[in-house]
Amino acid sequence: MIGIEHFVVVSSILFVLGVLGIFLNRKNVIVILMAIELILLSVNINFVAFSAFLGDLTGQIFAMFVLTVAAGEAAIGLAILVIYFRGRGTIAVDSVDRLKG
Amino acid sequence: MDFVASLGLILPELILSLTGLVLLLVAAWAGDKASSAISVAGCVALGACFFLVARTVCAGASGPDTVAFFGQFRADAFAGFAKLMIYAASGAALVVAPAFFGRTGQMKAEYPVLILFATVGMSLMVSAGDLLTLYIGLEMNSLSAYVLAAFLRNDSRSSEAGLKYFVLGALASGILLFGMSLTYGFTGTTSFEGIRAAVGDGLNGGTLFGLVFVFAGLAFKISAVPFHMWTPDVYEGAPTPVTAFFASAPKVAAVALATRVAIEAFGSQADAWRQVVIFAALASIVVGALGAIGQSNIKRLLAYSSINNVGFILIGLACATPKGVSALLVYLAIYVAMTVGSFVAVLMMRAEDGTPIEGIADLAGLSRTRPALAWCLAMLMFSLAGIPPLFGFWGKFVVFQAAVQANLVALAAIGIAASVIGAFYYIKIVKIMFFDEPADTIRGKSDWAHWALLAISAIVVSPLGYLLTAWLGKLADGAAAALFLLA
Repeated sequence: MIGIEHFVVVSSILFVLGVLGIFLNRKNVIVILMAIELILLSVNINFVAFSAFLGDLTGQIFAMFVLTVAAGEAAIGLAILVIYFRGRGTIAVDSVDRLKG
Repeated sequence: MDFVASLGLILPELILSLTGLVLLLVAAWAGDKASSAISVAGCVALGACFFLVARTVCAGASGPDTVAFFGQFRADAFAGFAKLMIYAASGAALVVAPAFFGRTGQMKAEYPVLILFATVGMSLMVSAGDLLTLYIGLEMNSLSAYVLAAFLRNDSRSSEAGLKYFVLGALASGILLFGMSLTYGFTGTTSFEGIRAAVGDGLNGGTLFGLVFVFAGLAFKISAVPFHMWTPDVYEGAPTPVTAFFASAPKVAAVALATRVAIEAFGSQADAWRQVVIFAALASIVVGALGAIGQSNIKRLLAYSSINNVGFILIGLACATPKGVSALLVYLAIYVAMTVGSFVAVLMMRAEDGTPIEGIADLAGLSRTRPALAWCLAMLMFSLAGIPPLFGFWGKFVVFQAAVQANLVALAAIGIAASVIGAFYYIKIVKIMFFDEPADTIRGKSDWAHWALLAISAIVVSPLGYLLTAWLGKLADGAAAALFLLA
């Protein structure tokens, strides 16, 4: 029988993978965008699983809002990435080093 | 509370979002030549909302009459007090922009529209009564802020700032959301009222995890240590009017939001989060003070200064008493005046041909070449350092007083000791301006709007500011009482 704890474990693993994806990745900014999506989707799994488990619709409505915002966030992230690429000619993570102190 | 009454309570947000949408269409049709008209219209809308909200703050609105949309939204005096600061800071960001962007023809019509949308988001944040409103408000603000940071499209530093802000901001939102999903799962509700009822007799493990994640996400947004690393880079890279905006309005909104979550949703479990807040406060004060010492760019230095100030603000939150929240609000109000003033002074640092100057070394001997600017900046620096005749001292004083009254004597003592370290670099700037040989690079003419804002903030931080203390204290007490009425 699959219980709520299985969902929470899966979503926690996805969340940790997403966070590690942001910090360990040294190659490509696109991968960071994918890692951010992974984090948001792990949250959605949590919300929907809790919602079904609690018999309460709020979590599913919350998940719809998260999906919408995630779409907007990805659009803005890619737009910023495009102007960054135009200026620098690369999207390697290591090249993001002009601001230092 | 019926629907029409709810609509009445969100009137300022309605005005701002409708104005924003209409101005967006105007921007699309009329193009960049309409940008100054759009800025004026945005300022008028912000001014109208300012007076609408000022009424509720003066009346000390609280209780069930201020709850709209079944608890999703609160239009109480606490939210109102934060909104006044937010609207004022957003208005300042609109006023200072044309002179900065106009020189290179980069004043785009989208700038005022983005500021307005960010302001709507911040309004929602401080009025949130539910995790969902909190999230939507936060994202409305953040998404506009990412674009604003990358606003100078041809400047590689600006786009890099936008990219960094986006990645770390999105990570913070993810952490915050994960915390909210755990909180929802283990309390069965997303409303602050429901969470308060559910955690009334102790936190279980899941909710505690949720609480920690939520606070970590919010710490990112207020740039408290250990989640501060994006601040200097973003503040340096973003265009200066945008940096002035970031350092004032969103910071107020995020601090007010964190306060509301801490007091209203988790107020009964203050012992669970107080340790975290105390750690973040002390770490922010120390890291902010030490990090600023080696900086050569004035915007980076002010970024560390804002981290340092967030530490003092968090001391007010750590008290978890009405007195502490009131002190936090007073500190925020003074902080906004000081920060906006300092960044306006930075905006006025220009070379003869109008290019912005950001080096601290270029300030050398400013008292001889530009005495008025040097004296205003010196006053702001002394005020940020919290040196007594100036108004910045009052903010630190009320915060430490509240901490002592809440039996956090050790915290107050360490805070006072650490503020001495901070004073070092503020005074160093004054020394460079008044006692070094003139570098004479800052020769550009300053816009009248910059002079006006600098004069206003200089008057507020001057000893004349103390005339405001009674009035400011009364409004802040009313706002804090409204927050604690529900908790």
